[in-house]
Amino acid sequence: MTSRAWVFGDDIDTDVLAPGLYMKGPIEVLATHCLEAVDPNFAAAVKLGDVVIGGENFGIGSSREQAVQVLQILGIRTLIAKSFAGIFYRNALNFGVTALTCAEAEKICAGDEITVDAPNGTITNLTKNETYSCDPLPEQLMEMVALGGMVPYLEQRLRKGI
Amino acid sequence: MGQTLAEKIIAKAAGRGHVSPGEFVTCAVDLAMMHDSGGPRRVKPVLDRLGAKVWDPGKVVVISDHFVPAVDAMSAAILDLTRKWVAENNIQNFHDMQGICHVVLPERGHLSPGMFVVGGDSHSPTGGAFGCFMFGVGATDMAGVLVTGETWIKVPGTIRINIDGQLAPGVSSKDIMLHLCARIGMGGAGYQVVEFCGSAIEGLPMIERMTLCNMSAELGAQAGLIAADKTTAAYITAAGGNVGDYESWQGDRDANYLDTHLVEASSLAPHVAAPHSPANSAPVGEHSGVVIQQAYIGACTGAKLEDLHMAAAVLNGRKVASGIRLLLAPASTKTTAAAVVDGTMAILTEAGAILLPSGCGACAGYGAGILAEEEVCISSTARNFKGRMGAASSKVYLASPYTVAASAVAGHITDPREFLQKGVS
Repeated sequence: MTSRAWVFGDDIDTDVLAPGLYMKGPIEVLATHCLEAVDPNFAAAVKLGDVVIGGENFGIGSSREQAVQVLQILGIRTLIAKSFAGIFYRNALNFGVTALTCAEAEKICAGDEITVDAPNGTITNLTKNETYSCDPLPEQLMEMVALGGMVPYLEQRLRKGI
Repeated sequence: MGQTLAEKIIAKAAGRGHVSPGEFVTCAVDLAMMHDSGGPRRVKPVLDRLGAKVWDPGKVVVISDHFVPAVDAMSAAILDLTRKWVAENNIQNFHDMQGICHVVLPERGHLSPGMFVVGGDSHSPTGGAFGCFMFGVGATDMAGVLVTGETWIKVPGTIRINIDGQLAPGVSSKDIMLHLCARIGMGGAGYQVVEFCGSAIEGLPMIERMTLCNMSAELGAQAGLIAADKTTAAYITAAGGNVGDYESWQGDRDANYLDTHLVEASSLAPHVAAPHSPANSAPVGEHSGVVIQQAYIGACTGAKLEDLHMAAAVLNGRKVASGIRLLLAPASTKTTAAAVVDGTMAILTEAGAILLPSGCGACAGYGAGILAEEEVCISSTARNFKGRMGAASSKVYLASPYTVAASAVAGHITDPREFLQKGVS
């Protein structure tokens, strides 16, 4: 599947992803405010399957997993960044969102069409005709992400009685 | 090769003799702490879907601090859900509206050196001041802990921050952290552990040590850590907690550290971080004169008892400038009670501070004291991300309680040392 890239810079924090002012309300409303402080157009214009590209330290700040969940609600299934903040990275995998660390993330420009092969750790930029490699997901967590995240993983674990 | 303190705690929790950085291990959780925002309202649907129960209610602490007190139907419903879930799940350790989780947890004696603790909040590294390995997780991670009693961890390496000497008057732990944010960067710790040591640490009270570990989050660390000593043991004992064999929870002399940063405490000036990042910090002189509308003393980072003492040292006999609002949200009800008893609260309120409920409040834009468009605030909190404390165009400068109080008196950002040297005129 081809995805359209939305590009953000370094240190995109959880407050701009999931603003505290809307945290007590319904998640669907929170999602409409996702990233509005840095791009007021994003939540309305993003489409299912689009990819968000970050710089260093994407998702720094709060442990609020709504920062991942709103992106998922808006249709994002894959995140690519030069680096992710630790808690955000755990939260992304817990929601089954593929978070890929890619040293060449900055080569992707807004609107570029890309395809992602997560298991093999490659990103192809169709617009620029370039290929980038990314770090694979930790082997120990691949099963959980493939199942769709922590909750389906726990369901399976409880079914098996482990 | 010896082990760092963090490695020792993780090894114990993993049932192993030894762990190495980079390994994935599964750890038994000694204590799980969560609050009203990321806690019951978020974990209940997961537990209900799984048909699962809390693995050990005695190892769970719930603290309502984000939406307190309720101000509308939504916050009231969240708090109501929290109280009902706690009762249904037989959670005895429930501290309802008693203050901010990171401050209440040690205040009520829940932390002991050597514990492996998860907290449902990013400032959970605060617990590391008590010699615990404590880190923040999201609600789904927390639900996993509640069901299984364990969690995975990629063993972090440890970065040592050696702080020697003595802080000058008017300079605090907050200034050390703002200095380090600029020096190392907001992602600089790369989700490793930062362990604070050195002669300056030995002389710091627990509350100031908590501020160091608290803002390890702003360095991008998974956990902050300070090995327990007599000061730690005295605090825990007074709080009714269990110090255990605290002297044994130390890093080995031959442990391997990723890096060591040296800080000479006596050379540090008060620091201020300009919008919109804690790493955007510099000595206060670089920002002096910036006009403010609000001064905020609040949060787990900046409204504990010593923080209030710092503000009082500046505000004693002075008044908040006309047209400036100084908001004060003590970090816990025990903080408020102690500040009343020792006279601090009278100094602050006579100076014009407006007292707000204990809770996370305006720090994260949840509670009273949020900012209008274009307003400027100087704040003793930990983060000044765009729009965090209110309107997207508002601006937050981070500083110590000394600097916040001095700026409230001046009406603009100012160096608190001038106030402390001059005394009351």
